[in-house]
Amino acid sequence: MARIIVVTSGKGGVGKTTTSAAIAMGLAKKGHKTAVIDFDVGLRNLDLILGCERRVVYDFVNVINGEATLNQALIKDKRCNQLFILPASQTRDKDALTVEGVGRVLEELSKDFKYIVCDSPAGIEKGAHLAMYFADDAFVVTNPEVSSVRDSDRMLGIMASKSKRAENNEEPIKEYLLLTRYSPERVKLGEMLSVEDVQEILSLHLLGVIPESKSVLNASNSGIPVILDDKSDAGQAYEDIVARYLGEDRPHRFIDEEKKGIFGKLFRSK
Amino acid sequence: MSLLDYFRTTKRGTASLAKERLQILVAHERSSRTQPSYLPQLQKELLEVVRKYINVEQDAISINFEQDEDQEVLELNIVLPDEHNKSSK
Ligand SMILES: Nc1ncnc2c1ncn2[C@@H]1O[C@H](COP(=O)(O)OP(=O)(O)OP(=O)(O)O)[C@@H](O)[C@H]1O
Ligand SMILES: [Mg+2]
Repeated sequence: MARIIVVTSGKGGVGKTTTSAAIAMGLAKKGHKTAVIDFDVGLRNLDLILGCERRVVYDFVNVINGEATLNQALIKDKRCNQLFILPASQTRDKDALTVEGVGRVLEELSKDFKYIVCDSPAGIEKGAHLAMYFADDAFVVTNPEVSSVRDSDRMLGIMASKSKRAENNEEPIKEYLLLTRYSPERVKLGEMLSVEDVQEILSLHLLGVIPESKSVLNASNSGIPVILDDKSDAGQAYEDIVARYLGEDRPHRFIDEEKKGIFGKLFRSK
Repeated sequence: MSLLDYFRTTKRGTASLAKERLQILVAHERSSRTQPSYLPQLQKELLEVVRKYINVEQDAISINFEQDEDQEVLELNIVLPDEHNKSSK
């Protein structure tokens, strides 16, 4: 049986696709057979972030409609043979995804995969609903910013009442906080909500903090999930997150400002 | 909080304001999520009944639903018009 992870946020543009690509690659690199599904029907971006956009033949909706088999549609990653991508359809038909259809595909994938990562679209409409509906775990991607925190909380409410687990009175979805685009410098200046602030408001278990990083754009420019850039802060942050998710106990990093020479140190060590 | 801390936080940026606003908003939205869905309709109908007898304003009635581990409390508050209004009727 696979574990189904939804990467969700409510608010758009906070880093769901970046995160989905990174953690799917991270899990696969640890030897777990992982599928990552793009639920953003109509837009399709995950393939681009993973660098397999030119290999897309069939998509998620084709599989649901029986126009292709799962094996035909899944794209095997060239860097890691444990990672498979199921791209989103570019159809404009909003009803292309159905509960039964998505359920069937997830069930079939569950037989063969260890982890299934669902990259949710923004919003709280159908696509976002279906992405979280079957989930066992939720990675709630949040930026340290008021609207993102509020939307994350709304998403938590939806998962607590509208997911399959909620409807069947099963154990609730396990929710984890991933605080992304974090700037310790700005937090220090009191300009940005701190990780403690966000945790206090959402009362969620913190899986990790991903700093605001130039490496993310570099990675997406080249179609390489940022976790493969092991020199970068964001890449290492995602590495930590995958390890923690798998049960390793790693201290949190990227929460405090980097040391900036002796003067910085003198001032900080009050 | 020491005086020094006080000046430090007030002089600092807007993050503390963001936190304060979020805490209030999130608490409010959470409580309205756990409210029974009949609550707005109940409030409307209660208001109609009360208004048959007493001339109260639209916002003179407030309804509050609270839930803890072992009980649910429905609290209804109606602010009656003051003595002056009553006697002048
Ligand atoms: N840690 C980070 N540092 C810097 N930029 C980031 C970081 N994480 C994400 N970004 C940038 O933010 C933008 C949005 O990221 P992404 O596409 O992953 O968000 P999303 O939540 O999937 O968006 P959508 O809601 O549209 O699906 C991208 O340009 C990405 O490069
Ligand atoms: Mg996305």
